[in-house]
Amino acid sequence: MLPKKIKIDVRKFHFKGSSIVVGIPYLWLLVFFLCPCLILLKISFANSALQVPPYSAIFKWLDDNIAQLTFNVANYRLLFTDELYVRTFLTSTVIAAGSALACLLIGYPMAYAIVRSGRKTRMIMLMLVVLPFWTSFLMRVYAWVMLLAPTGVINNILLYLGVIDHPLKLMGNYCAVIIGIVYTYLPFMVLPVYSSLEKIDKSIIEAAQDLGCAPTKVFFSVVAPLSMRGVATGIFLVFMPAIGEYVMPEILGDPSTVTIGRIVWNEFFTNLSWPVASALSVIMIIFVAIPVTLWHSGRQSRLNKRAGQV
Amino acid sequence: MAAKSRHLNKIEPWHDPEERPYVYIENLTKDYDGSIAVDEVTLSVYRGELFSLLGRSGCGKSTLLRMLAGFEIPSSGRIYIDGIDMSGIPPHRRPVSMVFQSYALFPHMNVEQNVAFGLKQEKLPKSQINERVNDVLELVQMLDFKKRKPHQLSGGQRQRIALARSLVKRPKLLLLDEPLAALDKKLREKTQLELVNIQEEVGITFIMVSHDQEEAMTMASRIGIMADGRIIQVGTPTEIYEYPNSKYVSNFVGTINMFEGVVMEEEENYAVVRSSVLDEINIMVEHSTSAAIGAHVSIAIRPEKVVISKRPPKDRNYNCVKGIVQDIVYLGDVSIYHVELANGRIVYSTATNLFRIAERPIQWDDEVYLYWLPENSILLTA
Amino acid sequence: MKRSKFLLSMLAFGYAFMYVPLFCVIGFSFNGSKFVTTWSHFSFKWYHTLAQNRIMLDATLNSLKIACCTATVSVVLGALAAIAIVRFKRFSGKSFFIGMIAAPLIMPDVVTGLSLLLLFIGMNNLFGWPGEHGSMTVTIAHITLSLSYVTAIIQSRLAEIDSSIEEAALDLGATPTKVFFVITIPAISSAIISGWVLSFVLSFDDVVLASFVSGPQSTTLPMVVFSSIRMGLSPQINALTTIIIGVLTVCVAIAGYIIYHSSKRIPQKSKGEGKHWRSLV
Repeated sequence: MLPKKIKIDVRKFHFKGSSIVVGIPYLWLLVFFLCPCLILLKISFANSALQVPPYSAIFKWLDDNIAQLTFNVANYRLLFTDELYVRTFLTSTVIAAGSALACLLIGYPMAYAIVRSGRKTRMIMLMLVVLPFWTSFLMRVYAWVMLLAPTGVINNILLYLGVIDHPLKLMGNYCAVIIGIVYTYLPFMVLPVYSSLEKIDKSIIEAAQDLGCAPTKVFFSVVAPLSMRGVATGIFLVFMPAIGEYVMPEILGDPSTVTIGRIVWNEFFTNLSWPVASALSVIMIIFVAIPVTLWHSGRQSRLNKRAGQV
Repeated sequence: MAAKSRHLNKIEPWHDPEERPYVYIENLTKDYDGSIAVDEVTLSVYRGELFSLLGRSGCGKSTLLRMLAGFEIPSSGRIYIDGIDMSGIPPHRRPVSMVFQSYALFPHMNVEQNVAFGLKQEKLPKSQINERVNDVLELVQMLDFKKRKPHQLSGGQRQRIALARSLVKRPKLLLLDEPLAALDKKLREKTQLELVNIQEEVGITFIMVSHDQEEAMTMASRIGIMADGRIIQVGTPTEIYEYPNSKYVSNFVGTINMFEGVVMEEEENYAVVRSSVLDEINIMVEHSTSAAIGAHVSIAIRPEKVVISKRPPKDRNYNCVKGIVQDIVYLGDVSIYHVELANGRIVYSTATNLFRIAERPIQWDDEVYLYWLPENSILLTA
Repeated sequence: MKRSKFLLSMLAFGYAFMYVPLFCVIGFSFNGSKFVTTWSHFSFKWYHTLAQNRIMLDATLNSLKIACCTATVSVVLGALAAIAIVRFKRFSGKSFFIGMIAAPLIMPDVVTGLSLLLLFIGMNNLFGWPGEHGSMTVTIAHITLSLSYVTAIIQSRLAEIDSSIEEAALDLGATPTKVFFVITIPAISSAIISGWVLSFVLSFDDVVLASFVSGPQSTTLPMVVFSSIRMGLSPQINALTTIIIGVLTVCVAIAGYIIYHSSKRIPQKSKGEGKHWRSLV
């Protein structure tokens, strides 16, 4: 269990205004972010057991002075060997990558068109991109259920027009899940791409044209490379949340589209297997943290380089 | 050329050993994790002075100023203002006020609120605050802009408000961090004189940081030249310009011709130096610092003190070299002649354009004599 | 500038993709038929039903309460954290602090929810707190999540502000505490407002965290909507969506009006949205 007393180094807190400013949010994060993560890590090494809470202790006092620590790595082994979990990881990655790609294909031309429009219309167009983001996320998913359901709008229209005679199965596949994710995360692609495109000096494009470059070629040899940072940011912003998505596959997918988010939920609530759910979460944190750290350090070194040039 | 402050209680108090410095900085050092920004600086500034710290960016002048204001804590050394040790006194309790380079006007307050801010901290009665705000706004001629917000003012107007906001507190010491750097050239020149006039009127001691030597020369009663965290020379603008104590200072302030040489003879008030770059002739230099015979020294001479002529000087006292005019830079009021000596060395000479350009007596490729009086050149050992 | 047909059609497609589904939902909310997607006649029937749905109303009230608390607390904490990060040169564990602040941004909701639930269970066993899960635990979870967003927004605004205005205030004799309230807070007020709105929306919108940490007594609106959607289509959800979109449109119109009128006076203060987005990356 948790140590009974949390030791705080009092010397470091000077009990002045500044230590309160840092201290309050710091304490909050220690209690409500770091502690939960450590508990997660702890439980991931425990055994499932029929008791309350449903896992075995990994730390035991055998004697007054001797403590026993039992680390059980079976949960992790299970995750990497059992076909179900491996497939889940694959499914999640495919869905997230597909969503990021689809967002790019739709979002990039949109951002480019917005950048190329007049200064006044630009702001309105950008606002129209962001606006649906403020409506409830669930209701946006609901909107797609309405369109794609067997008795949904699309099927009804097609039936009415006589194109089909029985409803198509539009929901319950990867495609529907990807549509849902794209619909939700499109602004995350459009905005960074827009801001990187906006920064490109117009005279660079004119210079390329002046040097005899055809418009399509200008795009691929000048505009596209210069907007790569925005594209990378956009892909990152779509891919990262999509990988842990729970709601979308739950509603738009069917039981076979099992993603990591869903399996954590099921292991915890349905199978009551806390250790497995915890181990899955730990792996997911690592899975997400590595690219973020790389990204951040890359960005930091770029910033340093830029600072060095000045 | 210099509109120096005449407000000093005595003329040149720094020459009076009895006079107590108003601001005394003693062995001040600032060390940022091993990189030393300010290195053992000792400096005295007297009451009513407009002292200018002059140096290239990164020489430590801003750090020194920020230590005076209390934003940076010195690694070692002390600061005394009016005899009081400032160590441990936080910025908001110091009798010091600062005009920031960015002016740092509060964007959400109008001009009046900005200026009144400092007085409100002193909890003065409202009527008194109003009176003093009005007085100071009148002084900087901004009374009509009371209700404007900072973003509705021009750069010069913001500068005045920043100054007014500091002056209204009647600080013992006013610090100005590149106060005119954000203004364009014309406005800067006009504001320089205004600032000096205001300083004379209020009689507050100013310490100003600048990287613009012309600005420092125009405004300051004395200048401290800084490089690499150290103060290299302190003196009036005339002293700094005419008697630089080192190659660095002579190069930094204005342009100068510099020749390396060896001391051949040394008399009580002049030396004879032989310089290989000046055709191995002997140069007479008047000097105050002594240099031993055989020592390697530099002779410096300002271009405007070098006379250019087609005929050699009649007076044998002049130092004289011969060369060919290579280039003439026409600046309107003066022209700068680039004269190449036989050994390829270029010597600059500035001459007032007494004649219209077409009638100029000296033209490209003319053979000319350059000559100057021994007392106009400077002997530099450092 | 020359406009390419390809770009324009992609733009049209993009907007259609974003808005057609929402308009469908709005349109069918006025459908009199009990089959959601089969149009019979215009009616406000489902709005009446919604108004009498006690579960939905209670959940809405509960969600509003939680969202308000979340927004307020996370703005306070976020402002403190942002000041610590931007203005304090160093304190022990600063980079660790920055990492912890940003982490919930990228952690999947499921993981955050699960870990917090485990924490609450563990704490309850140790100290007997927080007892039964409810609005309190949901609020704590939402604050932890939205703290990241709020801090990022305020941090980027704070970094833009010339820190010499704070120094100038100190220099003019204001105490550090006074500088904070009179200079710093007004200067970041726009970021504080957007942070408040954003965390309100995040909280009002969240279903995953709430599902993990809420108790039987405290159901939030998204939880009710989620379970209803799982069951299938429901015309009441159409009506609810329409109402929310209506409220949102009014809010956006008011905000737009205010921004438009203040931007007339202040020339170069706009694009806050874009900048905030950049700061989240």
